[in-house]
Amino acid sequence: MATELKSMREALNRAIAEEMERDERVFLMGEEVGVYKGAYKVSEGLYERFGDKRVIDSPITEAGFVGLGIGAAQLDVRPVIEVMTFNFAILALDQIMNHAAKLRYMSAGQIRCPIVIRGPHGAGGALGTQHSQSLEQQYVHCPGLKVVVPSTPQDAYSLFKASVRDQDPVIFMESEKLYNFKAEVEFGEHMVAPLGVGDVKREGTDVTIVTYGRMLTHAVLPAVEQLESEGISVEVIDPRTLRPLDLDMILNSVRKTNRMVLVEESWPQASVGAWICEQVYAKAFDHLDAPIERVSHLDVPMPYAPNLEEEIIPSPATVVDAVKRVLYI
Amino acid sequence: MAIQQKSAPASTAARAIDLFAEKDNGGGYAEELRSKHPFPTEKVLPLYRQMLLMRRFEERAGQEYRKGKIKGFCHLYIGQEAVAAGSIAALQSNDHIITAYRDHAHALARGLSAREVMAELFMKYTGGTKGKGGSMHLFNAKAGFFGGHGIVGGQIPLATGMAFASKYKGDDAVTLCYFGDAAFNQGVMHESANMASLWNLPVVYICENNLVGMGTLTTRSCAVTDLYRRTPEAYRITGIRCDGMDIEEMYAVTCEATELARKHGRPVFIEAITYRYRGHSMSDPATTYRTPDEVTNWERRDPLLKLQASHPSILTEAVIAKFEEEVKAEVEDAIQFSNDSELPPLSEIWTHVYVDCQGYPKADESMHPYEYEYKQ
Repeated sequence: MATELKSMREALNRAIAEEMERDERVFLMGEEVGVYKGAYKVSEGLYERFGDKRVIDSPITEAGFVGLGIGAAQLDVRPVIEVMTFNFAILALDQIMNHAAKLRYMSAGQIRCPIVIRGPHGAGGALGTQHSQSLEQQYVHCPGLKVVVPSTPQDAYSLFKASVRDQDPVIFMESEKLYNFKAEVEFGEHMVAPLGVGDVKREGTDVTIVTYGRMLTHAVLPAVEQLESEGISVEVIDPRTLRPLDLDMILNSVRKTNRMVLVEESWPQASVGAWICEQVYAKAFDHLDAPIERVSHLDVPMPYAPNLEEEIIPSPATVVDAVKRVLYI
Repeated sequence: MAIQQKSAPASTAARAIDLFAEKDNGGGYAEELRSKHPFPTEKVLPLYRQMLLMRRFEERAGQEYRKGKIKGFCHLYIGQEAVAAGSIAALQSNDHIITAYRDHAHALARGLSAREVMAELFMKYTGGTKGKGGSMHLFNAKAGFFGGHGIVGGQIPLATGMAFASKYKGDDAVTLCYFGDAAFNQGVMHESANMASLWNLPVVYICENNLVGMGTLTTRSCAVTDLYRRTPEAYRITGIRCDGMDIEEMYAVTCEATELARKHGRPVFIEAITYRYRGHSMSDPATTYRTPDEVTNWERRDPLLKLQASHPSILTEAVIAKFEEEVKAEVEDAIQFSNDSELPPLSEIWTHVYVDCQGYPKADESMHPYEYEYKQ
């Protein structure tokens, strides 16, 4: 099968279009998704192709239109709700946590809510405190939700399609900085990937790095290149879905390498990475030759100046340092 | 006619009347609609019985709560029966309703038996939501009853979405969304009404204005207390104020509203003035914000008395006595059934979290104590 060099934006655009083509119950709603062609151009062309019944520009009412999507999903339609960023989805957190995540349970199975809420989050480059947060832990914390964080265009394509078809609420968290990132993508039905299954992004033997989202390409892979040149063999595990988490893949890797570094873009306190580390300690304690090292966003709000931003989120340098600490070198 | 927003007078009884018909009955629109949609004679008996069932059920639920059979939050609907009974009587079978936590009566009128509701309150597995929902989360999706919600106003965007789905799919269903006067202040009310109007969604918002939100009178929480006047200006949504103690008026107004929604694709706002005789919930003795004479004043407008007075030849003393007997037996049977039923099994902890459970670990003997296995 042939692969094509595509950006994450193009891969997502194609995934959304294919799912809308395949299932007429699927519609896209959000701010500027239609006429404006998408705040980040992810939905470019969809309005022209599918019309205003299926690509709907919403007013600026996150709680309202996310809740509308959740309510509609109860009646056998398949909403894809775009939040311009997940910083704004905080306004809709009541609808997501108190309603989408709970409808099935409190109705004892009578209702299902097959909604996808997608959009970018994380540092976007000099966007300041309110537009730079990495917020996956809010959703991973909550039973009833599923959380997907694709790190490559292929993962974005394959997992988005699976997310639309999933019958539970899926929070699909992208990154502004990755929309332009290009890599080889194989399209097609056979490339739909299951949720809850991670990906070994690179095989190695000396240390396991667990990471997800933008940090794979921003901090980890460049660090790995440098480490490999110093003779250190790094295995990179990308869970891709954070809830349900492919813990087995991580544990198998740790049993092999005996050392782990976790790299996450979010703040350290009570993050998803903290949970992953706790699980590894609980289940692979005897396999660890050193405590796990965690590289996170420094525990501060994100300031404007780009030199500060670079320092605050994980970088290749901080990942290299962490790997060397865990190797005791 | 200019509406004067006066500062709240001292007596609570006076305050209650201030808001209602003597000052602003909604301009007479509801009155007109009574002739346009006359209450069918054949509905008098069954709907009286339905309101009576709601009344006696709630009274007994209050008693059982005090005995410890029902726990947690329990919000009784006593006094407001005409709103649920009258509006639901105007629906088609494919229409949907959704409400907040004062939902026992809506459940009884739309899809759940007295047994299923009482057993749910009694936390039993035979309850309408298997003991996992409780008083605030009764559901019967198949019958078009979508709960049962605990977050004030949280159901309003959901209802708007349900109307969106109906329009999207091209079926002719209307969604009725119930909430209280205090919920009207929630941001999502305004977000939802704006979208409903902008996109012509077939939703009917029914505000059960019982003049108080928990312990705060509407005059102390709403800058503009004539809620029905706010929707035309703010959202281009027709607002109809009606007497929520009068089932015939409630029925007529809902017929008109569902027709506007179904045939003309426009959302409608109904402000039903009503009253709850009891407190906000079983934890509220209702002494801090109202006086006994206020309650007595409203009991004179009782919905059961009102319907009887409207059809004395149909609802004779003998007929009512027979209904009382039947309803009492039905409620006692529900209580007996609930007492005899089992609590939910522990395995129900892990069901209904997800539809698609793949990706989660499977249970085995080596599992950590807090491990789990989600089941569909």
